[in-house]
Amino acid sequence: MFKYIVIRLLTFLPTFFGVTLISFAFIRVLPGDPIIVMAGERGMSEERYNALMAQFGFDKPMLQQYWEYLWGVLHGDLGNSFVTKRPVWDEFFTLFPATLELSICAMIFAIALGLPAGVIAAVNRGKFFDRTLMTTALIGYSMPIFWWALLLIIVFSGNLGWTPVSGRISLLYYFDDVTGFMLIDSFLSGQKGSFSSAVQHLILPTIVLGTIPLAVIARQTRSAMLEVLSEDYIRTARAKGLSPGRVNGVHALRNALIPVITVIGLSVGTLLAGAILTETIFSWPGIGKWMVDSIFRRDYPVVQGGLLLIAVMIMIVNLTVDVLYGFINPKIRKS
Amino acid sequence: MSLLEIRNLSVEFASASGSFRAVDGVDVTVDAGDVLAIVGESGSGKSVSMLAMMGLLPWTATVTADEMTFDGKELRTISAKQRRDIIGKDMAMIFQEPMSSLNPCFTVGFQIKEALRLHLGLNRADRHARAIELFEQVGIPDPEKRLSAFPHQLSGGMNQRVMIAMAISCRPKLLIADEPTTALDVTIQAQIIDLLRELQQDTGMGLIYITHDMGVVAETAERVSVMYAGQKIEEQEVKSLFAPPHHPYTSALLSALPERAVSKHLPTIPGVVPGQFDRPAGCLFSPRCSFADDRCKAEKPPQSSKELGLARCHYPIILTSEELA
Repeated sequence: MFKYIVIRLLTFLPTFFGVTLISFAFIRVLPGDPIIVMAGERGMSEERYNALMAQFGFDKPMLQQYWEYLWGVLHGDLGNSFVTKRPVWDEFFTLFPATLELSICAMIFAIALGLPAGVIAAVNRGKFFDRTLMTTALIGYSMPIFWWALLLIIVFSGNLGWTPVSGRISLLYYFDDVTGFMLIDSFLSGQKGSFSSAVQHLILPTIVLGTIPLAVIARQTRSAMLEVLSEDYIRTARAKGLSPGRVNGVHALRNALIPVITVIGLSVGTLLAGAILTETIFSWPGIGKWMVDSIFRRDYPVVQGGLLLIAVMIMIVNLTVDVLYGFINPKIRKS
Repeated sequence: MSLLEIRNLSVEFASASGSFRAVDGVDVTVDAGDVLAIVGESGSGKSVSMLAMMGLLPWTATVTADEMTFDGKELRTISAKQRRDIIGKDMAMIFQEPMSSLNPCFTVGFQIKEALRLHLGLNRADRHARAIELFEQVGIPDPEKRLSAFPHQLSGGMNQRVMIAMAISCRPKLLIADEPTTALDVTIQAQIIDLLRELQQDTGMGLIYITHDMGVVAETAERVSVMYAGQKIEEQEVKSLFAPPHHPYTSALLSALPERAVSKHLPTIPGVVPGQFDRPAGCLFSPRCSFADDRCKAEKPPQSSKELGLARCHYPIILTSEELA
């Protein structure tokens, strides 16, 4: 197992350099440059423009720029944002807990509902619950996410007034950032009502962000379960006199989990990259929104560094999923 | 009273192209300590009839019977919960493919102990001790170590021994072995058959042995029931089945045994078992029978007397003493 992880970590290297190259090239291919964006509507003189280009090093040959960037990355320096002047590294870790908190909640929501729903649908194949669930899942999967978010806001925040419209916590509360996770920090602060305020702010974004993973997990669980339920060992389990709950929930589900874990891993990867639409609609200060803003500002270091960190994050999630396979499927553990 | 008594069992499968009768009016009787072999080609309804009795068929199957009692309990009317209390405990089954019949995600120890906890309510230590005892009983070397093995780490023969250990774990009164050696090497086949026979003799349980191997039948069983296209066409004591059979199908099956071949070419039965769409109106075997006449093609044959092996045939074979000699 240890050897396997080391080998997998080595395969990260080409991906890592590939991502640095692509993110470096990608932002420079876009029309415009940071200096023009900084100048804004007024524009600037030719001299001033050239001076600024030289100051930021954009007049050097591309290869040299890339090499300097890569050299910095290898020394743990992702550069500073052109806009805020803060190190990209710091900005990322200020914003990432918000994305992580929302992603974790959305995944818990999706798994907690999707797995049992998929199992029940498979066991009651072709019956009313199965058909209803699969239709609902298809609708959930195809629905435009911003429209779904607005709909929920109108109903639950607007008409019913049950949940706040946006943000992570009510303005009434203020406490120090300890972990960056609003649920934990508000709990630690001990301020009355702050925790429930944080929970209320999380509800709608969690539902919106979790909807697509929920639909995917439910459908995947159902089809994996259907395949497993026709296996010989399920007949053996039933021949032992085990209850349907144990046959389906232990003997079948354990085998069906293997493809489901793959889907969950892919979803987690996507969520960690920041839910651009969800974060924008709910003014959630996460990295999805941060990346989009930086692209518009042509904030080269932030886009490069942000993409690189997200890629690393996804690689770590994929590795975790592969290691998890081994725990679920003993056949993989051996090889 | 018999241990197992089934009268007029029929199983129909609903499919997109209409319903298909896989088992048609079959009777099965097994006494305590009895060894019954059920023989027939693939698709003759041997396994399906046993799975129907265990309640293990998919929901597309409709099971009907006039009587289906096991150990004094009527299997048709008991609840699902009551049935689960019986199967795996008093009535156990082992299957054809040992490699795919064990769950790949759990150790064999977990799978055997699960039954012990469910039916006998043994505690952890007792379960472990009993599992080791069972592994020794079925001839698995180094049982302590094997308990923590996964099915893919064991050979097919070992897995079948695990299946047998699991089936006999709660000392069943009836064991159904559904072609337990088909997927195994010839040498391993003999070992598994010997093991089953020994276990049957030691414990005195009833044994139903489903097979299509007449050689195995002669070695293991006391009584043989021959099935064809979902019907039981003959039932006899083993000795009298081999000399002489009364149904032309049994006779053809026996002459197709390599050991009995008299000519250079092995005799075969032409054609295949009738399927859903080509069931003949009269005797189901008539299209392949070398003795069939117009009556066989038009009329369903009745069951003949016990002396004639209950053969479902208009013209059961009766050999004279001269022919026998």
